[in-house]
Amino acid sequence: MDLLRFITAGSVDDGKSTLIGRLLYDSKSVFQDQLEAIERTGQVNGQINLALLTDGLKAEREQGITIDVAYKYFSTPKRKFIIADAPGHIQYTRNMVTGASNSELAIILIDARKGVIEQTYRHSYIASLLKIPHVVICVNKMDLVDFSKERFDEIVKDYKNFASDLEFKGLEFIPISALNGDNVVDTSPNMTWWKGKTLLGYLEDLEIEVDETKHEPRFPVQYVIRPQTEEHHDYRGYAGQVRSGVFKKGDDIVVLPSGLRSKIKSIHTYESEVEEAFAPMSVTILLEDEIDISRGDMIVTDKHQPTVSQDIEAELCWMDAKSLVPGNKYLLRQTTGSVKSAVKEISFRIDIQTHEKLESSQLALNEIGRIKIRTAKPIAFDSYSENRGTGSFVLVDEGTNNTVGAGMIVGAY
Amino acid sequence: MTTRTRLSHLQQLEAESIYILREVAAQFERPALLFSGGKDSITLVHLALKAFRPGKFPFPLVHIDTGHNFPEALQFRDDLANRIGEKLIVRYVQDSIDQGKAVEEKGKFPSRNAIQTVTLLDTIEEFKFDACIGGARRDEEKARAKERVFSVRDEFGSWDPKLQRPELWNIYNGKIHVGENVRVFPISNWTELDVWEYIKAENIPLPSLYFSHRRQIVWRENVVFPVSEFVTLDSSDKVEEKTVRFRTVGDMTCTAAVESEANSLDDIIREIQTSRTTERGSRLDDKRSEAAMEERKRGGYF
Repeated sequence: MDLLRFITAGSVDDGKSTLIGRLLYDSKSVFQDQLEAIERTGQVNGQINLALLTDGLKAEREQGITIDVAYKYFSTPKRKFIIADAPGHIQYTRNMVTGASNSELAIILIDARKGVIEQTYRHSYIASLLKIPHVVICVNKMDLVDFSKERFDEIVKDYKNFASDLEFKGLEFIPISALNGDNVVDTSPNMTWWKGKTLLGYLEDLEIEVDETKHEPRFPVQYVIRPQTEEHHDYRGYAGQVRSGVFKKGDDIVVLPSGLRSKIKSIHTYESEVEEAFAPMSVTILLEDEIDISRGDMIVTDKHQPTVSQDIEAELCWMDAKSLVPGNKYLLRQTTGSVKSAVKEISFRIDIQTHEKLESSQLALNEIGRIKIRTAKPIAFDSYSENRGTGSFVLVDEGTNNTVGAGMIVGAY
Repeated sequence: MTTRTRLSHLQQLEAESIYILREVAAQFERPALLFSGGKDSITLVHLALKAFRPGKFPFPLVHIDTGHNFPEALQFRDDLANRIGEKLIVRYVQDSIDQGKAVEEKGKFPSRNAIQTVTLLDTIEEFKFDACIGGARRDEEKARAKERVFSVRDEFGSWDPKLQRPELWNIYNGKIHVGENVRVFPISNWTELDVWEYIKAENIPLPSLYFSHRRQIVWRENVVFPVSEFVTLDSSDKVEEKTVRFRTVGDMTCTAAVESEANSLDDIIREIQTSRTTERGSRLDDKRSEAAMEERKRGGYF
């Protein structure tokens, strides 16, 4: 069995919480005591309010608002799922970027009555920016448009039109009613014209590419294991998680940014020595030569090395109330490394409704733009479009220690 | 490249948890692993073996003993620490009570669960721990579902759900000011069933409490409650002997058992797969109010 991580996007009125509740409920992932708790709290038109399954905090229930991303878990005999449930209306960009960063799929909801709206624009743009490989558009509330095939076809056409400049590896459309459960888990008797899969059927059958293993081998060193005991006197293991690709015993490797070379002597897990390690395995690598390697360095194979530079151009989602302006200094954290950095330039800000590039002297909370940044020391990276693992970074404000920016590397400049 | 290069869901969760444990080791000066002798912290210890062997753990195991723990769990705790040769620190809630820092609850269902926080925060201060690794999972409870893997707490150990750092990709930000600390939850993304399937796959030993056994119980608020020296019985309580097991093991005063014949891991997994109640349904401490867990966490609970 494998694991699929996905995010749900859509404003509250689109029925996002109801959809998640429906997925959990119809796949029998809701427990009796949870049901009793929401039955006590409230019902809508004599039906259980499934949306209440997703609002966890006291303040959320009291005020009817959603704070931040929540994670939900469910499974079917075919697959395990982790849902990043990002709120639709408050601080949508920051929260959606957070949830999207680990997702392999995004569900974007469209209200069948309203069709493609500006929220759809935003969510699709962010899904594309974060390079979520698969997007499924759920046209919800089909019950309110008489389950009309024409209306569904019209929305699909509108969406394809508008999203023509966005790149998704997979794009699917499914007509549903989250409230009544049509085409969510069970095939709808009300839309016999729909020959496609139900949403759950789609989620279960979606083939997840082994992207990480097709990419070039990248191993950020996380921790050096040196037991210094009798038994393991000369043991010096580089522990970490393979970020992409496959490493094999005997591979010629290069350590970046230093450029030192060696060969893989052996690869270990707790139980045994293994012949190869592939993403996302956590392993320990031993090298033939004693060379200077520490946390933050990246082990790569001889061929197809990443870029090493101090001058980085990136797309940045700003997440702090205090705006980003050129000249500001932050701690830049990429893979396992941490380095001081200074923002040199804001090239443009993106209007996420129109995808237009706007001239801008700063980035405010929830804004996305293109920046140029210089790091105190060279770092090794790939572009985010080639490798989400080595092409992403966060900025940390050294005054508050808060994570204030999420960056996706375009390249060196 | 062949299709074998995809990990199963348990292997993916394991790889992620090992990564998180190593991040703690690398980012903090004085971490600790909170160990209760329950299945989740036993799983954490197993993951730590995978993360750091053949080296030593870069942190001690720390147990906050309420004084009302199951003797089986305490014995297991000591044996495990001995077997793996890692340091175990135990601090006692009774000491906090004797020092007048914590006040024992009164009434018919007194529990030391809440005042455990006092001893935990004192222990953090005593050893200047900057990170405490815990076995909490997001599927346990709705307030937990909102918590980060690296959860920053202020100098009072308090969690503010509105002031959480965004957690992107797998880049964890453990930078804190002096006095603050981070609670780290490496198995955040695991479910109860994942833990059991993993325990089975890895053949991890557990205290006997998790398997069915005969025990004296009373019924309280529709749950099976173990009779012990720490529980006050009155004339309305009818003591019975039942075949039970525990789904979760905490303080004896707030952990209920379930009637069960399951005495192997296969039986338990089957039982959980068909169970209609959550694990936390047998924790009286969570039933006290709608937001019991959230409020305890705001107060510094782990």
